Amino acid sequence: MPKLILCLLLCLTSLASLAQTDTALEAHVMKLSEELRCLVCQNQSIAESQAELAQDLRRQVREMLAAGKSDDEVRSFMVERYGDFVLYEPPVKRSTLLLWLGPAVLLLGALGAFLWRLRSRRQEQAEVPDAAALEKARALLAEQDTKG
Amino acid sequence: MKAKALIPLALFVGLVALLGIGLTLKPREIPSPLIDKPAPAFNLPQLLQPDARLSLPDMQGKVWLLNVWASWCVACREEHPVLVQFAKQNVLPIIGLNYKDKRPDALNWLKEGGDPYTLSIVDADGRVGIDYGVYGVPETFLIDRNGRIRYKHIGPVTPEALEKELMPRIKELQGA
Repeated sequence: MPKLILCLLLCLTSLASLAQTDTALEAHVMKLSEELRCLVCQNQSIAESQAELAQDLRRQVREMLAAGKSDDEVRSFMVERYGDFVLYEPPVKRSTLLLWLGPAVLLLGALGAFLWRLRSRRQEQAEVPDAAALEKARALLAEQDTKG
Repeated sequence: MKAKALIPLALFVGLVALLGIGLTLKPREIPSPLIDKPAPAFNLPQLLQPDARLSLPDMQGKVWLLNVWASWCVACREEHPVLVQFAKQNVLPIIGLNYKDKRPDALNWLKEGGDPYTLSIVDADGRVGIDYGVYGVPETFLIDRNGRIRYKHIGPVTPEALEKELMPRIKELQGA
């Protein structure tokens, strides 16, 4: 009888650990899948999409991870077949340079234009008032002086 | 001062031009990284004779088309008659990759619309499809004598696509 209980306990613990590796693997699959674009519904990752292709690709990711492949191996597997487009974060290279630097260039350009504009405005304000206005101001000041 | 007033207009025109170019792009057509690379290997059962198989080396020495199709694919309906017509000219072998389909449905499709394929092979679980980077059916690959993918057509093959994109490349490859 104690043997039977022991056996049952062992079975249970092994089942539990099996379930645990399953959930860990599944979490890993989903985390990696979130980085991969579904090509059928291009604004979803294959983690979110229920398209058939996304399900197949999740299966592919699961099998590769279960077989002990690294995240990078899975990523390059996908890129070899579907191109950089499959990655939500495309690698920096010549063809993607504009994509990566474009926003910074635009921001710097806008900042530059803004500063340039501020400077020219300050110069306008600093300009000396014309002679007639100056004369008028002097007259006013003189008037004040005589009163005071 | 006058030149300055034109700046907003110039910006607007520029924006419109950019958006206009954007409209002519086809974001659904993703360039394949497989172009000019060796075609991925496969070894699949044939649709009409499930006991027989076809593998990539069997096509060595031939310029051929691999056409991915399925009976559930709506756009294939548009493409099918074009392929049937094209097959009559006997220009090159057309291998059908029956992608994630049910055998009775696939057989029925060929019975109803005609069979343009030299033969069709069955990719029931879509694994070969993944190797070829298939993400939408129909897709058509042009493969050269050395087993390299030379061109990929995404979407249904239309008479125009056949004439302007595929035929010149086929002729060039067959001539070489």
